[in-house]
Amino acid sequence: MEFPGDLRYTKEHEWVRVEGTRARVGITDFAQDALGDVVYVDVPEMGASVQAGSTFAEVESTKSVSDVYAPVSGTVVERNESLGDAPERVNEDPYGEGWIVVVEMGDPSQVDSLMDAATYEAFMRSQAGG
Amino acid sequence: MSGAPVRRGGPPLPSTLRELSRPGRRASGFATLDVPEAGVPGDLAREGRPGLPEVAERDIVRHFTRLSQMNYGVDTGFYPLGSCTMKYNPKVAEATAALPGFARLHPHQPEDTVQGALELLWTLERSLCEVTGMHRATLQPPAGAAGELTGLLIMRGYHTKNGNPRSKIVIPDSAHGTNPASVTMAGYVPVHAPSDARGLVDLGQLEKLLDEEVAGLMLTNPNTLGLFEEEIEGIAEAVHRVGGLLYFDGANLNAILGRVRPGDMGYDIVHMNVHKTFATPHGGGGPGAGPVAVVERLEPFLPAPVVAHDEATGRFRWDRDRPDAIGRVHGFHGNFGILVRAFAYVLAHGHDGLREVGERAVLNANYLATLVRDAYPLAFPGRPMHEFVSTARPLKAHGVRAMDVAKRMIDLGFHPSTVYFPLIVEEAMMVEPTETESKETLDAFAEALLRVAREAAQDPELLHDAPTTTPVRRLDEARAARDLRVRW
Repeated sequence: MEFPGDLRYTKEHEWVRVEGTRARVGITDFAQDALGDVVYVDVPEMGASVQAGSTFAEVESTKSVSDVYAPVSGTVVERNESLGDAPERVNEDPYGEGWIVVVEMGDPSQVDSLMDAATYEAFMRSQAGG
Repeated sequence: MSGAPVRRGGPPLPSTLRELSRPGRRASGFATLDVPEAGVPGDLAREGRPGLPEVAERDIVRHFTRLSQMNYGVDTGFYPLGSCTMKYNPKVAEATAALPGFARLHPHQPEDTVQGALELLWTLERSLCEVTGMHRATLQPPAGAAGELTGLLIMRGYHTKNGNPRSKIVIPDSAHGTNPASVTMAGYVPVHAPSDARGLVDLGQLEKLLDEEVAGLMLTNPNTLGLFEEEIEGIAEAVHRVGGLLYFDGANLNAILGRVRPGDMGYDIVHMNVHKTFATPHGGGGPGAGPVAVVERLEPFLPAPVVAHDEATGRFRWDRDRPDAIGRVHGFHGNFGILVRAFAYVLAHGHDGLREVGERAVLNANYLATLVRDAYPLAFPGRPMHEFVSTARPLKAHGVRAMDVAKRMIDLGFHPSTVYFPLIVEEAMMVEPTETESKETLDAFAEALLRVAREAAQDPELLHDAPTTTPVRRLDEARAARDLRVRW
């Protein structure tokens, strides 16, 4: 399982890639593996305002429907339209083609409170042991 | 359902009525019209024929009989779906509901002509209140989830009357998905309470979530992991301290029948799934019944009408004069035929019999859990009640998952257990044998599960390919959901 070093992570298994004042958001390799085959992603509308820690999207797999929590606050400026026809991209390429939205951050310093790859891996190991 | 149908004595049957259709073929004939034709007004008439399949009665009967033979139910075999309580439905209840005096009633009949039906509803209500330790009940809600919504609207009615409807309902993270859905429908915001390492509500964490905006807590007990919430009295006290109400999701009431009552644990509102607790048929999603019972201070908010009994005259009547009632939640008086079945079940068992139902359900689940726990460890250390949650995690080393185990069990002639629920357990397998199964069946099921665990180590491909003995092989569930096509 892969956790790229240039990303930041949440305890709810979302990732963030900082692009200037913007943040690209998706779910991690661990999350897509646990969910199983993704069949639908409810992507927020353009211009939607999202709050860090609040749910802003839903990922539906053959097992369950799961909330996706916003890692940072801001406004949705890009949405991954391609997930409408190809939700499997979340499984196949979670950090690439499987991104969900790009958020214009209200407070880019929120990223600092997210985990780096090493911390996230350690967090997951502690969870798996439970 | 499609696939490669098999038939003895004749050409293979097509899978759909559409494929059976032949122009001009009919299931019935009409006599020549000997009265003036009353046509449909032009603006209401179809422009063309509706394009229905053209088949003979024989084709319809064979088609649907064949489909029914491909089906699997409690009348054909063991059905240990955890959380669903797929127990055998005694046929005496069916016979009772089919009695003409019940089956041919009309809901608009005058009260004087339906005294027996009203007495049945009254007595069933009293029985349900006795089982749950509650004061009064409504029998209107047509299903468990409808009961949840009804209970939450009662909660809203109560808080509104007290000046503030409040805004939040707390739900454990292990709860059924219907709980947050019902909360949202009732206009509240669901707040999740975390489970602790025992799989129980973490009282310390719960207390931090409770404030004056919390309308109540919804809690199944035993909970959705099949574990008894040991701190229920402390939980009830904490919820009541902030003026909230405690809601008992009756999904697992069958585990504690006759042993402990929700009312004695401090609950204020209880819904019952009569198909789980009192063995009415699950049906194809209905008709069902989800009665809701409440403590005395919530009685005014029950949906109207309720049955009233005049002890002096012995007469029963509908009491419609209930100004604080939340309104109707179903047409007429609920699904009466299902309530008759539930009543027959209650009467057939009596107090001691119902207690034995609960005890045997718990015994069966613990017996089965003990037989399989070495291969499929329990997800939590506590002693399970009427169902248990195991994990197929040890098999992941062989590249085998809970879904593969489930599919292989079909090959071995068993309906699989629930898998991937509750969501908080990795590779969850949730097994609920119910009280109605024999030791022989439980032994055979355990043996099959253990065989699958051995196969996972020796020949994982066998599991990946399963099922191999069914009319259709492994369904591509992801593609079915992504590429939805509905045909008939």
